[in-house]
Amino acid sequence: MTSYHLDHLQHLETEAIHIMREVAGEFERPALLFSGGKDSICLLRLAEKAFRPSDIPMPFLNVDTGHHFPELNEFRDRRAAQLGGKLIVRKVEDAIASGIAVPAPGEISRNRLQIPTLLAAIEEFRFDCCIGGARRDEEKARAKERFFSFRDAFGQWDPKNQRPEIWNLYNGRLNAGENMRVFPLSNWTEMDVWEYIKRERLEVPSIYFSHTRQAVRRGGQWLPVSDILPPKPNEDVRELVVRVRTIGDIISTGLVESPASTVDDIIAEIAAARVTERGSRADDKASEAAMEDRKKAGYF
Amino acid sequence: MPPTPVSDLPVDILRFNTCGSVDDGKSTLIGRLLYDSKSLMEDQIEALERSADITGGGQINLANLTDGLRAEREQGITIDVAYRYFATPRRKFIIADTPGHVQYTRNMVTGASTANLSIVLVDARLGVIEQSRRHTAIASLLRIPHLVVAVNKMDLVDWSEQRFLEIRTQFEKFLPRLDIKDVKFIPMSALNGDNVVELSAKAPWYSGPTLLGHLETVHIASDWNLQGFRLPVQWVNRPNNPTDKALHDFRGFSGQIAGGIVRKGQKVLALPAGIVSSVKQIWTYDGPVEQAFCPQSVTIELEHDVDVSRGSMLIGPDHLPGSSSELQADVCWMHTRGLVPGKKYFLKHTTHTVQAVVTEIVHKLSVETLEKEAAPAELKVNDIGQIRLRTAKPLVFDGYRVNRLTGSFILIEQGTNATVAAGMLHPPQEVVKSENGDYVI
Repeated sequence: MTSYHLDHLQHLETEAIHIMREVAGEFERPALLFSGGKDSICLLRLAEKAFRPSDIPMPFLNVDTGHHFPELNEFRDRRAAQLGGKLIVRKVEDAIASGIAVPAPGEISRNRLQIPTLLAAIEEFRFDCCIGGARRDEEKARAKERFFSFRDAFGQWDPKNQRPEIWNLYNGRLNAGENMRVFPLSNWTEMDVWEYIKRERLEVPSIYFSHTRQAVRRGGQWLPVSDILPPKPNEDVRELVVRVRTIGDIISTGLVESPASTVDDIIAEIAAARVTERGSRADDKASEAAMEDRKKAGYF
Repeated sequence: MPPTPVSDLPVDILRFNTCGSVDDGKSTLIGRLLYDSKSLMEDQIEALERSADITGGGQINLANLTDGLRAEREQGITIDVAYRYFATPRRKFIIADTPGHVQYTRNMVTGASTANLSIVLVDARLGVIEQSRRHTAIASLLRIPHLVVAVNKMDLVDWSEQRFLEIRTQFEKFLPRLDIKDVKFIPMSALNGDNVVELSAKAPWYSGPTLLGHLETVHIASDWNLQGFRLPVQWVNRPNNPTDKALHDFRGFSGQIAGGIVRKGQKVLALPAGIVSSVKQIWTYDGPVEQAFCPQSVTIELEHDVDVSRGSMLIGPDHLPGSSSELQADVCWMHTRGLVPGKKYFLKHTTHTVQAVVTEIVHKLSVETLEKEAAPAELKVNDIGQIRLRTAKPLVFDGYRVNRLTGSFILIEQGTNATVAAGMLHPPQEVVKSENGDYVI
């Protein structure tokens, strides 16, 4: 007896493939945002499933803050080359140099400065759609965002004026200058992502696994010591066995003390976790509405 | 190579939506489900406590978990559909949390359109009110297979069995007029956690499952349509300069199966080309397969070189769809600019977008009973109506009651590109003709 049954990962997969193909069918110049992080690694596999044996019909785009973990950029370049994809990298540093992005006095974080850099890249290549790896379980504001998230000519998201999304019918129509962000992983959770990585035997950057690193205690979390983040006198600096759970910039990504050295270990760790993934991101703690405000301004 | 199965995973996904008015305790119920099923993390509980200190006088408010946007917290209402996720060892759950105000019917339609199950919350003190009837009617209109009537705040009526049965009887009076097969009534107190995740000792007269127990076991395997193969073509897959010689002539039709099962070698009808061919290969990234079924995403190669592109549909010839440019449908109007007969819209149906004009508003439908009312000059936002449409090209479609995916459409306003309506097609007057010989190459 044949079973016509899909398990939960197969359901999420077919939903995401359908969305990717809708993008290929409805947009002239789409791009796929690829950082080398775990979510966008899943996106690339889904793109392979959606479009092979053809080439993936869109370039990969990454905004490099200049504060990336070097392991992440190495992985990003290697994976893009493996897939035969065209990787476009636009740097926050260049955007600062050309005056597109202007840091506030004393602003060290590059988080906000990614926004003008991304919007400039969209304009430069005239992208009408960017596929991103955001998930609704990450954060309250994202929980309310559509699969097809409409952005006006300034790249802004208006949460009160979203297009209703009914059944699997996505409205991708745009006027000149407008833009769509599309999130095929909207319904995935952190656990789903790791289970998919396991099922598909996907490689991920080494920093997701347990390693030894110099860490400094700051703002209630352990941050990686680097040239950009040297410890101040009297700060607690230790050599710890850690991994990263979510990858942001190297100056704001909290390290999790963990012995997890395989994907199975990570899945077991998440199953027992008592803190959400973004709990280790300082950029989200700024205020309760931090993500909502950044998205309205054009964040991913 | 098929992927290796991963053990200990949830076996499937149940999508449900919750509807209720502002004070039914809907957000509290979702908060309770997440809290009691241990789906909340320390930092989420910490954030709850932080906001309790600021706005709640020290009292933790489970509703704060779902009232996500600042604008909502300030106004104390849910302004849009929010999605929540949790899992038990048996199932993964996707909750579409939709507000219950009169002006937000469109949000409920949005949240409920993909649901397997709908939870209608009723305040035990108030019983069935206008909103309960409206939510049930919309669930019926959208043909959500399963309904749960959550009779909440039972603690405020002293867990009276008689009160519970009264409400049940009120419901059963209007249910026969609607088209819902599977209805479950559960008495509960979301605030105190009775019968949500843990069975309550306060209702010894109730022998049914808890809400979570029901959500974990309700039978959803037959919610997908496995009769009548339909593949709306999304994308034509033709490799450019492939290095693999075997792919030089590859021409595949990629899409998500919207109904039925397809097998290698079977005959299929390509519409609107009207040509019969057979399935040469069912291609997937994980290797070719002998058969595939709804809602899998596949790429199909045909034996013949036929004129098929995005918007075409491949059909199993045993259950034929309709094909027409004159259509009747029920629509839920979603925009503040009302529906005016004679105006042109874009109509998106499966992967096909065509121009359409609404030729007539036939009836307005009562949002409480779905009974026909006199046709107004204009359908306004949150109105439901029965309309006639004419499309610039024929649609290949099924009635919505037979297939939710090939029987549904949206209307898009020209100029603003706003999505203005959700439509459910009536069954076709006649099916595509398929006399032998008509379609043979």
